[in-house]
Amino acid sequence: MDATDTLVEVLKGEGPRVLATLARTIGDLAVAEDALSEATITALHAWPRTGIPDNPRAWLTVVARRKALDLLRRESARAAKETAAFRWGTGAAPDQIDEAIEAIEPESSLRDDMLRLIFTCCHPALGREAQVALSLRTLARLEVPAIARAFLVPEATMAKRLVRARSKIATARIPYAIPSDTELPGRLAAVLAVVYLVATEAHAPTGGDAVARVDLEAEAIRLARLLAGLMPGEPEALSLLALLLLTSARTCARTDVDGNPVTLADQDRTRWNRAAITEGSAWLSQAVARSGGVAGPYQIQAHLAAAHSTAPSWPVTDWDRIVGLYDLLGSITANPVVALNRAVAVTERDGPEAGLAALKAIVGLEYSHLWHAALADNLRRLGRTSEAAGELHAALTLAPGEVERRLLQGRLRTVRSELG
Amino acid sequence: MTLYVALCYYDRDQYWDSPPETELSAEYTEFARRATEAGVMRGGEALHPVTMSTTITVSGGKGGDVLLVDGPYAEAKEVLGGYFLLEAADLDEAIAWAAQNPAAWRGKIELRPIAPIHA
Repeated sequence: MDATDTLVEVLKGEGPRVLATLARTIGDLAVAEDALSEATITALHAWPRTGIPDNPRAWLTVVARRKALDLLRRESARAAKETAAFRWGTGAAPDQIDEAIEAIEPESSLRDDMLRLIFTCCHPALGREAQVALSLRTLARLEVPAIARAFLVPEATMAKRLVRARSKIATARIPYAIPSDTELPGRLAAVLAVVYLVATEAHAPTGGDAVARVDLEAEAIRLARLLAGLMPGEPEALSLLALLLLTSARTCARTDVDGNPVTLADQDRTRWNRAAITEGSAWLSQAVARSGGVAGPYQIQAHLAAAHSTAPSWPVTDWDRIVGLYDLLGSITANPVVALNRAVAVTERDGPEAGLAALKAIVGLEYSHLWHAALADNLRRLGRTSEAAGELHAALTLAPGEVERRLLQGRLRTVRSELG
Repeated sequence: MTLYVALCYYDRDQYWDSPPETELSAEYTEFARRATEAGVMRGGEALHPVTMSTTITVSGGKGGDVLLVDGPYAEAKEVLGGYFLLEAADLDEAIAWAAQNPAAWRGKIELRPIAPIHA
């Protein structure tokens, strides 16, 4: 990592914290965002000469406040906002920065500012797409072109989406507040859902031919880490971080040397990231300790990921435990995909006859390539090879991406060779 | 404080002078009483069915001919059946009040911030 990388890392780490304080004191996320951008540019010019300051957050906050005030002054027509800006004091001159650093918010109020920012970005009055875009830009400090690339939309579209979201926060007056205790469970679930969605997109990109998006996966983990750090008493926040770490541990083994996808069953487990598994398991233990015996959906999914991560091989996996965890998950969220994964585990535990029966009992996956592929696997194991080939054909026509199609074509070749 | 208009949409026209709407009027009145006492509600009315609407356009700019259409501006599956104004500290407070109006479960309520027009 060279000096510029270090600098960018510091800016990414401190940026959301600076923004959180600015957003509260200025009361306008768009102005706060512009001010931070300008302060970041100043830092990128100044720091290579002066070195990274001892307290980069304080440095950025003071400079950004001054930039914010300049921005508000320039918009002199917006008199009301200028008055509001003056309430927290005028911008410090460069030589006053040291004194201003003394006045930086204490850690506890910074935590509250961060939570306010998070709950504002994921407010249910904003659409899910807007929540995701805002979270990646505001909380993960991802640049607009990178967010646009991640979700395969033109840069201008993503920029507009962000402008609209910030403008709705200001105009419809979406509060910059931490939800009350009664609202918190629902609101926290929305925040976690945004991070989960980013992770899902990273794990299984909806477009393109990449097996996974490692960059986006790192951002999802960064966000999950932020939430777990801010809400250490919320078991589902800890569980989500555990889940993402445990899942990310397998990412490098999901492709072979030629870039072809490798399913969990066939992965080279020596390539799994042991450090991520250890850290994920530790977060999961903490989540369990805090959940009072009631596991939420992320905790169950983290347990599932952990059960795979700690198994020496696919056949020697605790399938009984996995089926039980899917039963539990299915009882919380009735979801055909959960039932599908359960059926795959049933095949391993009880054999293909039972697995086939479990798959056929699922309603609503007729158009899912995964369901047809799972049927094919059980039929092949039962020696019903031509039926298996038929299901693989069905799966191929339904598969959404190039990655899945390559995987299915490989299986079809195997089945055809068995047909002779 | 921010002023919001709460637009009440229903899946059919509301006939406020005949059942079942007349049986529900007490519930609406009760909401209006409580919200007004709390200093949040700044007026509102129920609306006659869209068949009573007249849509006007002045063609060719200011002072032009007044054109009339018998009916609503846009034919929609859902119809505007009433509105009320809420003055609240923020959107969460406005949502909390609007969620108590019967229109929220009998139909849907769209909350929109009022745009001040500067003279």
